[in-house]
Amino acid sequence: MGGYSYGELGAIFAMQGFSGISLFSVLLLMALGLAIIFGQMGVINMAHGEFMAVGAYTTYLMSSLTESFFPAFLPYYFILSIALAFIVAGAMGYLAEYVLIRHLYSRPLDTLLATWGLSLIMQQSFRSIFGAREVSPTLPEWLLGAYPATDMIDIPINGLFVLGLTIVVTLGVFYLMFKSSWGLRVRATTQNRVMSGAVGINTKKIDRFTFALGCGIAGIAGAAFTTIASTGPTTGTLYIVDTFMVVVFGGAASLFGTIASAFSIAQAQSILEFFISGSMAKVFTLLVLVLILMFKPEGLFASKVRR
Amino acid sequence: MLDVANLKVSYGQSEVIHGLNFTAKKNETLAVMGRNGMGKTTLFKSLIGVLPLSGGSIHIDGTDISKCESYQRVENGVAYVPQGRMIFPNLTVQENIETGMGVSKLKAIPDDIYALFPVLHEMRHRKGGNLSGGQQQQLAIARALVTNPKVLLLDEPTEGIQPSIIKDIANVLNEIKKMRDITIIVSEQVLSFTMAVADRIIVIDKGNFIHEDLRDDVDTDKIKGYLSV
Repeated sequence: MGGYSYGELGAIFAMQGFSGISLFSVLLLMALGLAIIFGQMGVINMAHGEFMAVGAYTTYLMSSLTESFFPAFLPYYFILSIALAFIVAGAMGYLAEYVLIRHLYSRPLDTLLATWGLSLIMQQSFRSIFGAREVSPTLPEWLLGAYPATDMIDIPINGLFVLGLTIVVTLGVFYLMFKSSWGLRVRATTQNRVMSGAVGINTKKIDRFTFALGCGIAGIAGAAFTTIASTGPTTGTLYIVDTFMVVVFGGAASLFGTIASAFSIAQAQSILEFFISGSMAKVFTLLVLVLILMFKPEGLFASKVRR
Repeated sequence: MLDVANLKVSYGQSEVIHGLNFTAKKNETLAVMGRNGMGKTTLFKSLIGVLPLSGGSIHIDGTDISKCESYQRVENGVAYVPQGRMIFPNLTVQENIETGMGVSKLKAIPDDIYALFPVLHEMRHRKGGNLSGGQQQQLAIARALVTNPKVLLLDEPTEGIQPSIIKDIANVLNEIKKMRDITIIVSEQVLSFTMAVADRIIVIDKGNFIHEDLRDDVDTDKIKGYLSV
């Protein structure tokens, strides 16, 4: 790291750290949905990235509609489109579960193939509807710009907003999973599906809503994503691999693990990207990850009980 | 209360339960005895709906539940304590009990549950997986009881449990029968336990009932003969 003074290094770390936080937010939201779905029904949802894209396109659509019909509403539409992204992506997830995935529960490889097919269908639909070019919603004024913390450090406001959104969603998911009776049923089904049915839990209904919730959270991730990059038909695919990494590294059953691993992966990539090239940063992160998983195959945080 | 007619269960092509008929009355405890592999667990799994029937019917209070899924059978008043307990290892004791309360719409765990199983109250914040076998068995019974069942199914509740706790479990079952209007159906290999709880004993062998007797008339040597390997 020659040529930088300590002050400069500090500023670089802080600023890359903050841009890493935006990446962390999107990865975490994606991974939360993926981990909930995988934990609940053992389905690896290859189309999860496309549900994120659904959220992003919903935001874009809202922005275009607002611009052409209610320009006065422009500063506020973004909040509404986050909620709408959740609803649209969640509804599509509900439908996908009902039409496709529930028929394949006992066949994990088939669900993998089916959701991959679904992701291809969705990608092509995006291309047909919105075109192959990347699009960006017009962001409201208050999301733009940066807050100059010191002479050398600028903190982007959109990053802070996305971080705040992620914290709210994560807390909401925690509340749902660990404090509500719905969450109790989800956790029971996750641990023993047959026995959950035998204590009176309608596991199929739980599955459907869990899948919808996971996809809805991906939709929120998509809305957040529009503030840091533009959306194209293949946007989802770019993030799905990193998201899988986060879930595996964190330990599929642990929400705390998901948070910790999203944070470390996002920060490692973002800070390394400054000093070495982007792909080298990825190689380096992957190598470290593989090493750690060799010693802790169940991920960072696996809970310990008698079975 | 529970009315089973011509019940048949198959694994693939091979039928393992060959048309069983029995009824169990309210406030009756019925024990199904038999050696390993004779169909006790299969019978219980088909009653709760974990295994599908290949023929016959199950009625509870006149309602046909043979086509229902497990959760619907629980709603109709069947509760199940499986062999090997099958508590949720990563949920706390309290949460384990609460999983059964969705059906009965209870808001809080009733006091009589903790009165029956004081050790569960003591351990309510521990994870289920960290309890001993006997404690897990009590937890599984508590979880079944909060669904307010009409029929309680217990599949080998004494399996792998230390003798002093076996006596406790027998006392608990008798206590439950006194407290509630409930039918208890229990499968067993331990004759002393059966004699302590059951009103009627049926012996199952290769998927058929081969012997039935009221407890008071039971010839223990004869039953022992059926159970010996």
